[in-house]
Amino acid sequence: MDAKELTALKNKATELRIRVVDMIWKAQSGHPGGSLSVADFMTACYFKYMNVDPAKPRWADRDRFVLSKGHVCPAQYAALAMKGFFPMEVLDTLRKEGSPLQGHPSMNKCPGIDISTGSLGQGLACAVGMALAAKLDSKEYRVFSAVGDGECNEGEIWEACGTAHKYKLDNLVVFVDWNGLQLDGTCEEIMPPVSLAKKFEAFGFEVYEIDGNDMAQVVEAMDKALAAKNGLPKCIVGKTVKGKGVSFMENQVGWHGVAPNDEQYKQAMEELNALYIKEEA
Amino acid sequence: METKKIPTRNGFGEAIVELGKENRDILVVDIDIGKSCKTGDFRKQLPEQYLNVGIAEQNGAGVAAGLATCGKIPFVVTYAAFGSMRICEMIRQEIAYPKLNVKIACSHGGVTPANDGASHQAIEDMGILRTIPNMTVVMPADFASAKALVKAAAAWEGPVYLRFTRDAVPVIYGEGESFEIGKAKQLREGKDVAILANGDTVCLALQAAETLAAEGIEARVLDVHTIKPLDEAAVNACIGEIGKLITVEDHNILNGLGSAVAEIIAERGEGKMKRIGIQDQFGQSAPYERLLEMNGITVENIVVQAKTLLK
Repeated sequence: MDAKELTALKNKATELRIRVVDMIWKAQSGHPGGSLSVADFMTACYFKYMNVDPAKPRWADRDRFVLSKGHVCPAQYAALAMKGFFPMEVLDTLRKEGSPLQGHPSMNKCPGIDISTGSLGQGLACAVGMALAAKLDSKEYRVFSAVGDGECNEGEIWEACGTAHKYKLDNLVVFVDWNGLQLDGTCEEIMPPVSLAKKFEAFGFEVYEIDGNDMAQVVEAMDKALAAKNGLPKCIVGKTVKGKGVSFMENQVGWHGVAPNDEQYKQAMEELNALYIKEEA
Repeated sequence: METKKIPTRNGFGEAIVELGKENRDILVVDIDIGKSCKTGDFRKQLPEQYLNVGIAEQNGAGVAAGLATCGKIPFVVTYAAFGSMRICEMIRQEIAYPKLNVKIACSHGGVTPANDGASHQAIEDMGILRTIPNMTVVMPADFASAKALVKAAAAWEGPVYLRFTRDAVPVIYGEGESFEIGKAKQLREGKDVAILANGDTVCLALQAAETLAAEGIEARVLDVHTIKPLDEAAVNACIGEIGKLITVEDHNILNGLGSAVAEIIAERGEGKMKRIGIQDQFGQSAPYERLLEMNGITVENIVVQAKTLLK
């Protein structure tokens, strides 16, 4: 990937972050911290890798995205709107009555959502089912899934990993958003993850450890993961920063599930807008 | 003449092979109790449609949901205690809420895993599943109806919970008898009392009706194989035409068939009923008939309750 494309992708990630904070501020409800930490992977999926058609959201051969950590759906909603799955104004209806943008993603309400999630630990098994269906039907589509580090406390995550390995799902890419914080405190404090990379490796995944907020590293890992047709499911363990891009939200447990007030919103917008990289003349 | 007895799980085992041969999108998702749930033939004959995710029910439900989003019709196969309670929230979140075409097919319903004891006897399952929106809850009464209802479930768009017996139960229907999900089957006409049963208790209801007939009491007997959606028309007909109803089920008296019927009677404000079922208590390792007896799920008790209603 050339520098220009990388810059464009980084700017997409910045736009996505702006839309995330904007919709959560308007809703005065939602989860900014994890939405911002997963933003770079989300952007890479939708704006570089995924084969999707906004005009045909249920197209049978599309690539799938499963947001196992469903509470960070503002990131996916922003991506879907930017991609054209629905008008940008719909983002303003987040968490409002009658909105397709439920507090946690609903596949039958929101175009582009491939499975309803929100109860932690369950999405990865669904992603495995989708990747398995592709194998059973000899189809080429891939499945991308974002899993939280805290979410890895759930036993079902590891059950799903066993199945991914058994059925040689090399069409599955799992991104672990290792931002180090969960709802009640740091991961170390609540349930020490030890080594998530080693865990996924032990479950038979090919693992890439990266800085999950460095777009160049995300792209490099994704390229490798998608090129390796070796019968192994792939896991990108991305060290990330919860609240990435908004100084006062970064690494703060308190920003897991609260909305910014007007003053905080203004500051966040200033900081995020400053992240745009101007194209070289 | 001795009545022929077959476990209804065998009906599932036969039907699923026939379904799988007709439609390659029909899949079995086993959870390492396939042998016991009678998927052995499917595994042998249709290996490419057969999956086994190990002893991991939660994952099995999720994998099935993912498969269903891609057009597959997966049957998650396990025991009723696990297929309802162990994976209850996975069914709710990933199968019922998105209304996916997943079937949960469970052997070992009610107290039929008698010797296994309370851990394996599922007495709460149908009630729990009944409270989840979009769910359909079915328990066939015998081998032939199990086969027919498994096929009906496969053709039904959306999630279905199917419950079979571990132990052998008497044959009631001939092969080829037709069944519709949500439509109770009338097995006997009568004007004095209505006995509504499902699963392994339908045969008890029929025997009780014969005993009552010998004493000049005519009982209508309904096989209410589907408790959700309940055949409200059939229940209302019993209330309107007879007014005295008895429900019989191999399930806790709370929240199963009896409760579903009681809801209609209560709202309608007419009709009298008696509920026969597990008396809100855990079972134990014991002979199947003894477990039923301990809870009053017997021909004799149905007869007694009928007479009480008629007093």
